[in-house]
Amino acid sequence: MTIRHLLSATALAALPAGFALAEDLPPCEGCADGLTVVSWGGAYQTSQQKAYSEPYAEMTGTGFTWDESSNEAVAKLRAMNEAGNITWDLVDVEGPDSQRLCDEGLAMEVDLDEMLAAAPDGTPATKDFGDSVINDCFVPQIVFSTTFGYRTDVAAWNGKEPENLCALFDTETFPGKRSLEKRPKKNLEWALLCDGVEKDDLYDVLDTPEGVDRALAKLDTIKDDVIWWSAGAETPQRLADGEVVIGSTYNGRLFSLIVEQKQPVKMLWDWQVFDYDGWIIPADLPEDRLNRVMHFLHFATDTQRLADQAKYISYGPSRASSQPLVSTHAELGIEMAPFMPTNPANQKNYLVNNIEWWADNQDDVEAKFQAWLAR
Amino acid sequence: MTETATAPAGTDTGPVLAADGLPLKRSLRRALRAQKLRALMLIAPLLIFILVTFIAPIADMLFRSVENQIVAETLPRTARAIQDYDPDSGTMPSEAVLAAFTYDLTAASERKLHTRLGTRLNYEYTGVSSLFRKAGRRVDDFGETYRDQFAAVDPAWEEPATWIALMADPDWVAEYRAWTAAGEAAKAARREFTQAQPLFRLRDEVADVLPETASAYAEFARIAQVEDGDDPAAEDPWAPVYLALYRDLLHVGPGAIAQLGPEAEAMLDAAHDAVEGFETVNLADLYLEADKDWGDPGVWGTIKTFSSAYTPGYFLNAVDLQLTPDGVAAQPEDRQIYIMLFERTLFMSLMIMGSCVLLGYPIAYLLSNLPLRTSNLLMILVLLPFWTSLLVRTSAWKVLLQQQGVINDILVWLGIVSNSGRLILINNQTGTIIAMTHILLPFMILPLYSVMKTIPPSYVRAAKSLGATNWTAFWRVYFPQSVPGIGAGCILVFILAIGYYITPELVGGTSGTFISNRIAYHISSSLNWGLAAALGSILLAVVLILYWAYDKLVGIDNVSLG
Repeated sequence: MTIRHLLSATALAALPAGFALAEDLPPCEGCADGLTVVSWGGAYQTSQQKAYSEPYAEMTGTGFTWDESSNEAVAKLRAMNEAGNITWDLVDVEGPDSQRLCDEGLAMEVDLDEMLAAAPDGTPATKDFGDSVINDCFVPQIVFSTTFGYRTDVAAWNGKEPENLCALFDTETFPGKRSLEKRPKKNLEWALLCDGVEKDDLYDVLDTPEGVDRALAKLDTIKDDVIWWSAGAETPQRLADGEVVIGSTYNGRLFSLIVEQKQPVKMLWDWQVFDYDGWIIPADLPEDRLNRVMHFLHFATDTQRLADQAKYISYGPSRASSQPLVSTHAELGIEMAPFMPTNPANQKNYLVNNIEWWADNQDDVEAKFQAWLAR
Repeated sequence: MTETATAPAGTDTGPVLAADGLPLKRSLRRALRAQKLRALMLIAPLLIFILVTFIAPIADMLFRSVENQIVAETLPRTARAIQDYDPDSGTMPSEAVLAAFTYDLTAASERKLHTRLGTRLNYEYTGVSSLFRKAGRRVDDFGETYRDQFAAVDPAWEEPATWIALMADPDWVAEYRAWTAAGEAAKAARREFTQAQPLFRLRDEVADVLPETASAYAEFARIAQVEDGDDPAAEDPWAPVYLALYRDLLHVGPGAIAQLGPEAEAMLDAAHDAVEGFETVNLADLYLEADKDWGDPGVWGTIKTFSSAYTPGYFLNAVDLQLTPDGVAAQPEDRQIYIMLFERTLFMSLMIMGSCVLLGYPIAYLLSNLPLRTSNLLMILVLLPFWTSLLVRTSAWKVLLQQQGVINDILVWLGIVSNSGRLILINNQTGTIIAMTHILLPFMILPLYSVMKTIPPSYVRAAKSLGATNWTAFWRVYFPQSVPGIGAGCILVFILAIGYYITPELVGGTSGTFISNRIAYHISSSLNWGLAAALGSILLAVVLILYWAYDKLVGIDNVSLG
């Protein structure tokens, strides 16, 4: 698993960041002056602006327009495609969404080796990115994980703290509301793991119709205690309010809750689920806009830029060559490695979403899960 | 106008004439027409605006809820061939249907349409989506056996040039060469080249002699040209094209082959003699190998049932039914949610409307009866939240209602509830009803107020002076006069509530959400736009029916919006 080798390097962390690529940036020929980039908003988008777009704009004078629509990217791209008017140039999406966009021909197929910079030691891009190259349209950016945070000051827990994921289902020892994502993905896997299924058998069990029912039955045991979230900011907010005692969210959000907002919350590194996030280019862009996108991507996905992003948010860069460059937080000056999902100490138990299984079964499972939720 | 017009005419006989000698009637009509036209011009911007932003989207929504062209467009050959298939036979369709399906699916997966079609059919029959995905990955190999066997007969069968000579219209070949040359010349001269490429055309007789091959090859050539920007004369045809050739040659007579000219005849004759001895593959087995569920007649029955361009399928889904090859049937129990959601939406909208009347009536009464200074202050208190952003108010309710929120804290502090027994006021129906009642309250108070303002206080005084008690005077005299205001407020609040989306989404959890949240989910997450449109159309119809019923019962003329 690349994730493991990726981040054994993170532990080494602070090597001097000595790449000056700015002067190497070739001029962009036949390029549009502006770029419309779609992302997730919040701290994540800020990290992208600081690490990618601001230096790029300074060097080239390109005007950036940011749109915070990534969670509706598939619906909107499909609508734009039907209307025949694509207004976006570059879209940040999660792995499964990129799969869907690629399958439907809404995203452009890319040749990473031809398009992107090689690692400083000459390793071609696809090899440098390793497992994070999940389909023909995806330009990887970060590895993130979905994991749990819990409050450390819950009186009803009598001084106990959750040690593993299954505390989620133990409402006797750990009473209180839980916050889970309003989607079947990850929840089903966690439910089965706590229902005694081995990691290696997970998707074999899920592949049977009874498997999904079994997972839902396990979730049924805590259904009344769950508040569901659909935006990544909700769990941290609820944890801060004391509205929930434990909840799943993206590890970067928990990082800012714990480190920047100093809430009495801890992270539970057990069965975190890895996902990839990256760029896709909408299909059929006009040539001048495409040239600009390509020029920007070449810059924004090089080894140094990906490492720079990790100074602002605790997501792991998806290039192996970026790992040694990850160091301390740009403003807080703290060591980032302990908060990285790819840190070996945080990787005792972890899962990687089976993207192919989810692509094949998403429609069925989602319908079943939503009906289960509504009842 | 009439006076000035008739005066100069001066006589009583004949038509009345205007100043310019024309009959007055016509002159008037002309003046009015100009006026009407001017009026129309004045409202034209609004009319066009409404047409474009309101009527057109609604029409489009209604259309989407029945539109189903995707199946016939993506699988045109299958849609025709499968009509004779009987799903009750319990078997897979015939080889002819499977061959048609293979050509269609190959083309669809080249054009990346098959996953979308799979998703579409999955709405109707569980599991189809994953079947289409899996088969789409390998269907371009179906027919590989035949390619090898044709190549063994004559290696020229593997040459793209052979196929172009056999299939393409010579005129097209010439046009295409000219186009390619022009493109390269433009590139060399660094000029822009915008001329459209000539689309592949079949030669005249080939579609009659080798129908399946011609159709499959033409599709291949066009996709190579348009989707990939390649020269068909340089590309190897898909394996299913060889399958088509094999199937055609089994049926074709030697006389027919002669129509294609001597060169083709020689090659085809040799192939024709050989096909009898070819090792055959069973298409059904290939599909079953890809996934055993292809053997399920329900899958093929679904393709057949939904091969028409329009379907009631989405509307049936919207009321927990489904269209099956055997007619309309109920959805499996674990998918039945829409009727329940419609009922919940109606019930909760009525609750919200009721609590708005209960809370709004006394306030409107006070507003219209207190001295001006106090009532103005009250009015500001009503209007201030009305002017505040909806999101701000909803978020404020989150802060107030949550278990660690202001209301629970106060109750615990007062000792009314224990710390462990904090009330659950949010992420359920209670939360939605409280927050939406507050948000919609001004829509009840304002029409009530404007009606009550017009009720002369002297009526109540007169009733009292005639001996009525306070209650009788209110109930028999004041209240009946305020009913039009209640009607207006109720209609406004109810219709707004029934389509509300953002507040239930934020405070409703799973049990307090409306049908509109489900519509939003289908628009932006599941991308089942047809079902979203059907749900929306039903919601629209429900509102119109309720409005009509209200008109019949109360009379819309009795409603006063002030």
